[in-house]
Amino acid sequence: MNIIRAEQIRFQYDGEEHPESAVVLDGIDLTVPKGQFVALLGHNGCGKSTLAKHFNALLLPLGGRVYIKDIPTDDEDKRYDVRSTVGMVLQNPDNQLVSTIVEEDVAFGPENLGVAPDEIRKRVDDALRAVGMYEYRDHAAHKLSGGQKQRVAIAGVLAMQPECIVLDEPTAMLDPRGRREVMETICRLNREQGITIVLITHYMEEAVLADRVVVMDDGKIVLDGTPRTVFSQVDTLRQNELDVPQPTELCHLLRRAGVAVPEDVLTVDECVDVLSALLL
Amino acid sequence: MLADITFGQFFPGNSVIHRLDPRIKLILTFAYILLIFLPDNWVGLAAAVVFLGISVMLSRIPLKPVLKGLKPVIPLLIFTSLINMFYVDGTPLFSFWIVTVTREGVFTALFISVRILSLIAAGSLLTYTTSPTTLTDALERVLSPLKLLHISVHEIAMMMTIALRFIPTLIEETDKIMAAQKARGADLESGNVLQRVRALIPILVPLFISSFRRAYELATAMECRCYHGGDGRTRMKQLHLCGRDYVALGCMAAFVALLIVSNIYVPAMI
Repeated sequence: MNIIRAEQIRFQYDGEEHPESAVVLDGIDLTVPKGQFVALLGHNGCGKSTLAKHFNALLLPLGGRVYIKDIPTDDEDKRYDVRSTVGMVLQNPDNQLVSTIVEEDVAFGPENLGVAPDEIRKRVDDALRAVGMYEYRDHAAHKLSGGQKQRVAIAGVLAMQPECIVLDEPTAMLDPRGRREVMETICRLNREQGITIVLITHYMEEAVLADRVVVMDDGKIVLDGTPRTVFSQVDTLRQNELDVPQPTELCHLLRRAGVAVPEDVLTVDECVDVLSALLL
Repeated sequence: MLADITFGQFFPGNSVIHRLDPRIKLILTFAYILLIFLPDNWVGLAAAVVFLGISVMLSRIPLKPVLKGLKPVIPLLIFTSLINMFYVDGTPLFSFWIVTVTREGVFTALFISVRILSLIAAGSLLTYTTSPTTLTDALERVLSPLKLLHISVHEIAMMMTIALRFIPTLIEETDKIMAAQKARGADLESGNVLQRVRALIPILVPLFISSFRRAYELATAMECRCYHGGDGRTRMKQLHLCGRDYVALGCMAAFVALLIVSNIYVPAMI
């Protein structure tokens, strides 16, 4: 079953503010099946954040349609069904927490949905446990570290019991430790609770963790496949101003220098295996 | 520097005061703030201070930050005290040059100081022991009759929640901007008042711009979480009055009675 189905969507912002890059999305077709972990890549201004905002009806396409579990996002009566099915986590953890206290912030979503008080309590506790922040439930949100705040933000979305979470560069403002915490949380939610993940990121080592990588450029999808197939196309990625994971790059350079190594090396461990096999 | 501001902060805890119904706390605090202006004799004033003191002790909040929170009021206290000492007519105590200090003046100054301190301490006690969300929740419920007058109580309460939530964030940001401007040679600490105020402009401008950006992002985040005003919204924390709330009300009633009796029977000092 597909959680997200985008059909030929086109979008552009109103002329005045963005005169040069008029068309942001230029006929995007994308379906995301339930339980998949998709990484969405692209250089700045390629339209990936705009695309993400179409997945929970923050923006409506000017052409084409987006369906969330067969509900069209332009159906105003079902807007809150769409938004509770596809939760969204933004880049800056400070600017998405509404309440001062952790558990009260997590309760914000279900409160808006009109869930009964006892049920909210249960959902909040479950969500906080799922992101490993249960011990911090009565702490002040502003005193947490960036990674912890971002996990609270994820819990806030989880408490609405979504089937899909869209994360728009959730690790961009975090230190390496916070980034690891958030990535582990995302992977665990995908694996253990079967929540569909759409992760927008600049970090290739995060994209490697996904089931599928989608690369966008200039409002279009240019590459779509498993991390292995996408990252082996080093030159295409370079043309789109994107990096490749460091092990992949190393092997790419070695190949160019005439060393017989495979193209689709993704992780450090694989790289070590390949190189030690060559040297021994 | 700015991190020292404790007013409006919340110290999580589990004391009797923390567990009082926030509506009761809110009403009692407002009653206290009004009543502190009632006593005109030392018995009533002492009773007010003791009443507050006991409440603070019961709340078991750390005293140090609380006292620190009172510090910014001291200049105001000194100013009002001096004005009162010199301008209230009555029996002169002593005089020099053109000013005369009167007995009544000294008492008025003392009373006003104690009143201002108690008022701020009472207000602080409310915010120290009540989480901002609970507080605004209580405010929303206490003020809900105003809905009949078409006042959007929920929206006001939500604005307060967000304001309280962003105070620490913006203070932190101000500190950062100040450090950044100082690193570029901005002089914030010398010069006369006018120069200092002007030196604040390069701090306030970026602060405002970033606040608007934050507001925009927060609005997006709230929309993502299905916020659509107060209609159809439920609350995780339900409020029920219980034994201790009635005891608190009883204590307040006794306090009011004491104030009235002392005002009638003890000779007024101001």
